[in-house]
Amino acid sequence: MLLIYCPYCEEERNELEFRNGGDAHIARPTNIADITDEEFEEYFFIRQNPKGLIFERWRHVHGCGKFFNAARDTVSDRFYMSYKAGEPKPDPATFLNTGNDKGASK
Amino acid sequence: MSGANRISGWGRLTPAKTARFTFDGKSYTALEGDTVASALLANGVHLLGRSFKYHRPRGILSAGPEEPNALLDVSRDSARRQPNVRATVQEVFDGMVTASQNRWPSLAFDIGSVNDLMSPFFAAGFYYKTFMWPKKAWEKVYEPFIRKAAGLGEAPKEEDPDHYSNRFAHCDVLVVGAGVAGLSAALAAAKSGAKVFLVDEQPEVGGALHYDTGVKINGKDGFSWAQDVASELRAMANVTVLTRTTAFGYYNHNMLALCERVTDHKAKPGKEEPRERLWQVRAKRVILATGQIERHMVFENNDRPGVMLASAGRTFLNHFGVAVGSKVGVYTAHDSAYEAAFDLKRAGVSVAAIVDSREKPGDAVLAQARSMGIEVMTGHAVLTVGGKLRVNSMTVGRHAGGATRKISVDALLVSAGWTPSVHLFSQSRGKLRWDAETQRFLPGTYAQDALSVGACNGTDDLQATIEEALAAGELMAKATGAETAAKIEISGQAPFAWTGGMIGAAEGAGPDTTVKAFIDFQHDVCAKDIRLAVREGMQSIEHIKRFTTNGMASDQGKLSNMHGLAIAAEMLGKDIPQVGLTTFRQPYTPVTFGTIINHSRGELFDPARKTAIHPWAEAKGAEFEDVGNWKRAWYFPKAGEDMHAAVARECKTVRDVAGVFDASTLGKIEVVGPDAAKFLNLLYTNAWDTLKPGKCRYGIMTREDGFIYDDGVVGRMAEDRFHVTTTTGGAPRVLQHMEDYLQTEFPDLKVWLTSTTEQWAVIAVQGPKAREIIAPLVEGIDISNEAFPHMSVAEGKICGVPTRLFRMSFTGELGFEINVPADYGRAVWEAVWARAEPMGACPYGTETMHVLRAEKGYIIVGQDTDGTVTPDDASLGWAVSKKKPDFVGIRGLKRPDLVASGRKQLVGLLTKDPTVVLEEGAQVVADPNEPKPMTMLGHVTSSYWSSNLNRSIAMALIADGKNRNGKTLYVPMADRTIAVEVVTDMVFFDKEGGRLNV
Amino acid sequence: MSDLMQATRRSVLDGYHGGSAVARLTPAAPASRISLRAPAASLDALSGALGVTIPVKPKTSAAANGRHVLWIGPDEWLVIDENGADLVAEAAKSGVLHSAADVSHRNTAIIVSGRKVEEAINGSCSQDLSLAVFPVGACSRTLLGKAEVVLYRTAEDTFRVEVWRSFATFAFGLLDEAAKDAAL
Repeated sequence: MLLIYCPYCEEERNELEFRNGGDAHIARPTNIADITDEEFEEYFFIRQNPKGLIFERWRHVHGCGKFFNAARDTVSDRFYMSYKAGEPKPDPATFLNTGNDKGASK
Repeated sequence: MSGANRISGWGRLTPAKTARFTFDGKSYTALEGDTVASALLANGVHLLGRSFKYHRPRGILSAGPEEPNALLDVSRDSARRQPNVRATVQEVFDGMVTASQNRWPSLAFDIGSVNDLMSPFFAAGFYYKTFMWPKKAWEKVYEPFIRKAAGLGEAPKEEDPDHYSNRFAHCDVLVVGAGVAGLSAALAAAKSGAKVFLVDEQPEVGGALHYDTGVKINGKDGFSWAQDVASELRAMANVTVLTRTTAFGYYNHNMLALCERVTDHKAKPGKEEPRERLWQVRAKRVILATGQIERHMVFENNDRPGVMLASAGRTFLNHFGVAVGSKVGVYTAHDSAYEAAFDLKRAGVSVAAIVDSREKPGDAVLAQARSMGIEVMTGHAVLTVGGKLRVNSMTVGRHAGGATRKISVDALLVSAGWTPSVHLFSQSRGKLRWDAETQRFLPGTYAQDALSVGACNGTDDLQATIEEALAAGELMAKATGAETAAKIEISGQAPFAWTGGMIGAAEGAGPDTTVKAFIDFQHDVCAKDIRLAVREGMQSIEHIKRFTTNGMASDQGKLSNMHGLAIAAEMLGKDIPQVGLTTFRQPYTPVTFGTIINHSRGELFDPARKTAIHPWAEAKGAEFEDVGNWKRAWYFPKAGEDMHAAVARECKTVRDVAGVFDASTLGKIEVVGPDAAKFLNLLYTNAWDTLKPGKCRYGIMTREDGFIYDDGVVGRMAEDRFHVTTTTGGAPRVLQHMEDYLQTEFPDLKVWLTSTTEQWAVIAVQGPKAREIIAPLVEGIDISNEAFPHMSVAEGKICGVPTRLFRMSFTGELGFEINVPADYGRAVWEAVWARAEPMGACPYGTETMHVLRAEKGYIIVGQDTDGTVTPDDASLGWAVSKKKPDFVGIRGLKRPDLVASGRKQLVGLLTKDPTVVLEEGAQVVADPNEPKPMTMLGHVTSSYWSSNLNRSIAMALIADGKNRNGKTLYVPMADRTIAVEVVTDMVFFDKEGGRLNV
Repeated sequence: MSDLMQATRRSVLDGYHGGSAVARLTPAAPASRISLRAPAASLDALSGALGVTIPVKPKTSAAANGRHVLWIGPDEWLVIDENGADLVAEAAKSGVLHSAADVSHRNTAIIVSGRKVEEAINGSCSQDLSLAVFPVGACSRTLLGKAEVVLYRTAEDTFRVEVWRSFATFAFGLLDEAAKDAAL
């Protein structure tokens, strides 16, 4: 069961309180009525499902109710960070390769 | 007398405290604290069951949770019966009934044991090979045969009368295992002030100290020291010590699941006591002190009752005071088993010989054995054992085929060394590393905030274990912010430093393909099976595991894993790490379903949501149906009426007089703010800025892909306030959908959403007499047709309480929907009913509501639509604004496939025979004589008998439906084909809609 | 005719009682409630209108004269008035941008009180309720089994559990079982 940091509640909470909202940073085109079929396909249907780092949306649906974004490793389920909706996509270089501090703190 | 094999003065149980129990109908006496295994051994019973596949006689291999053989059926009464209980874990309570499994007619004479003779037929992978074909034979012959012949216990048939509980908990440091390492770590963490959980699966703490009686800690007997530390920890406010508690699962982000066995050891459990309690613990740091499990030796007939692990023999002797035999042999590749021989000898039991596969055992144990006069045969192997229901001899030689010596024994203690218990570490997704020197997998890279200490970390020396555990306890406590405490001094002395160990097949496992040298007792997997798997082309350990079933089910790497891996590696000519390791999955030991579901039973299984008016409907004898979690009144049968008659009457009554309907479950969302209309314009296909306050409108919501998502009536209460309704089942997802767009796509809009579904009880009054019924109750609203026409909304009072009164209709009749604060719902309903009843009106349920709306061609989202239907497909194109520059779905609706011709469209169907009612879900075809597979045009979505029209009516999604008006189509059923006529106008009743506007 | 009638209020938990000596369960008295939504710029005026300083720190609350304002989210508060005041009207007097939706009847509340109150709630709620993490005055929307609730700690040994009315008996049942388990 994941432990997820909500940037609004400023606390880690159990996964039970959250709902995943799919990929983050996919903005709805402001001129959506005018985009081509290909552009609509790209926007609405195409997703990468990466092995490793993903930027994804979560909603603290049974908590503060807010949507926010998180950077997570889909293999280890490690959360690198979570941040409020509307904030820019962080540069992975700022949080990747910071060393594995698990267990081996021995 | 608690058994002839109980040795006076040995063990820790109190002879005065006894308990009676039965095994296979025979009564035995046990001592309090006995496991079923120790009690049976005390009484000389070694034969406890029959194996899974070959029905081989089996006894007790271990003294702990790794037990693969001694699985019993244990019961208190007929309902409280559990199969596959490990006799080595289950404590005896007075009155307990136990029975062996998988045997017929009796344990000693079992017909199924012919499987043992037929074993060539049951070679590894036999499921896959033998029963592939023909398919019918699998269903009729093979599967029933296997189910009967192979298997373990029998599932209980009665409902479980026990209850179970759950507890979420948080701590700084969770320590798993309360042996020397776990106790030391917990003590260090606790004294640093951290909030500590210490859990152990046994009734008492101590771990290996249960048997390892040579160990002294701080000058005390090790086991006594352990109990003292546990008492000290229990007395600390920041510590929770849980015994009889198995940490069975290590999940993400340091969440561990524990199963606490509360009553299974008690003769008379308290009424309030749960049988087991599930703990879901979130720990900031975890210390794994799970110890190690002894491996058996792999040689012919190593599964015979009486052959058991050396440490088990010591546990039975040193803890339970039970000698496992009167003339005991030892077969080992590790020094530790020597101590079993020493203990037995000291207790007065004859030791036949120690057979050591090594040429050079540890000097100290060898010297000790000699000084005690025990014969040691180094460089020898037990090639096979004699005896079927119990071992009676061992055949010892240097090599198979060489000179042998047969030695009579009535028990044989074996040890191939020790396997660190890395199960929880592996479950935590940590990466194991192979330690070539000691031939074992040890914790390598951690995936979570945890540390392993002691034996499970490969630390063999006692003092090193203590130091490692103390350091880990302090470090982990500090990491959670705890203060450093006084230095703790613990010093331990063990009599011998152990050496040795081997993995894989021993000399007596033969290369012979018929030799049964077991590596996985529970699944009857032998060394030869692993060899066969490799010969048949399996290269990966994952494939070998599945082909042979080695290490599956509850074993999960406890006993069989390393031997299987070593044999496979040898066959493949690879190193063990290259062959790989299978994943150790949760749960570590089996967990009851009761514990997993705990409180979620009966009424607490799922919330049964009831409206404020529910008790009234219940008292009136209504039948209810489930809509999501809601209980909705389905219909109100009068005496002697079946559903059909009740619904027909209700439908007529509503249109002739009036009906009262509980619509409280409709989803409601309050949309408030200066940008409310702008927001609804974006979320619904309709235009909302044109809706005046005091009016309401039917709206359609599409997803971005253009398909209908929900619908409902929206009332504008004020310029900046809308009362939105959704379908009953759709309320939560519609709010989620709206919040998603509001928060992430249109965050600048000044508008807020609040779920008000439960704020309002909703009483629909529908029918020609609706106005007359409610008029005297309403205050402050002119409800005349002129002042308050169809699709109006107003705030006022009803029965003296505030109301939002809607003039609207889902029946096609003059109708009102009275919204009142829910706690007043029942009282207002009763006031309305007091007016309605004398006029001849009726209460009606959801079935009548469905029929009446179908008579009017109103759709139900989710019934007449399925997530692939556009507003135009449902003839609701009029509700899609052509003027708005944007709304969710505007682009999706223009997708080529959504504007193509021939789409499935919603139409009406009238059966040629008006008395025939179609089946919902039935397929519709154009040519009933077309050979199968026929071309399906679509399916019936709604179908009812209409008492008002005196005929059946139906709606269906039909390919190119709108171009088929008047055409005849067919609904093929199992017994007949029904001819239907397509009508594109789905309004079957009051086509002009005059009844709405009176 | 209408002036002859006054519909009576019936709470869904009328007559319920349960729990154990270490965690008693009592239905809370009827109250008025609003879900208050507002931007930061409106909070001063709304605080003035409601007579309670609206908390902006997550998981905190403020209370005065039987009125409680609970932080639910960064722009959401649950306002509870034990005296049944018309909170929508009072908030409106602020004259500033906000949304107040009456949820007086949507919610009902269960008071859980006793020395093992944390254990009783932790039977079905996954939050850490220790005093260090969930002090007196703390509040949070969360889950109690399958029911969404708002927890509000009013004393070291007392929580108010706000729950939607149709989930109230379910929540009561869960709390009751866990309260009895906590007494063992």
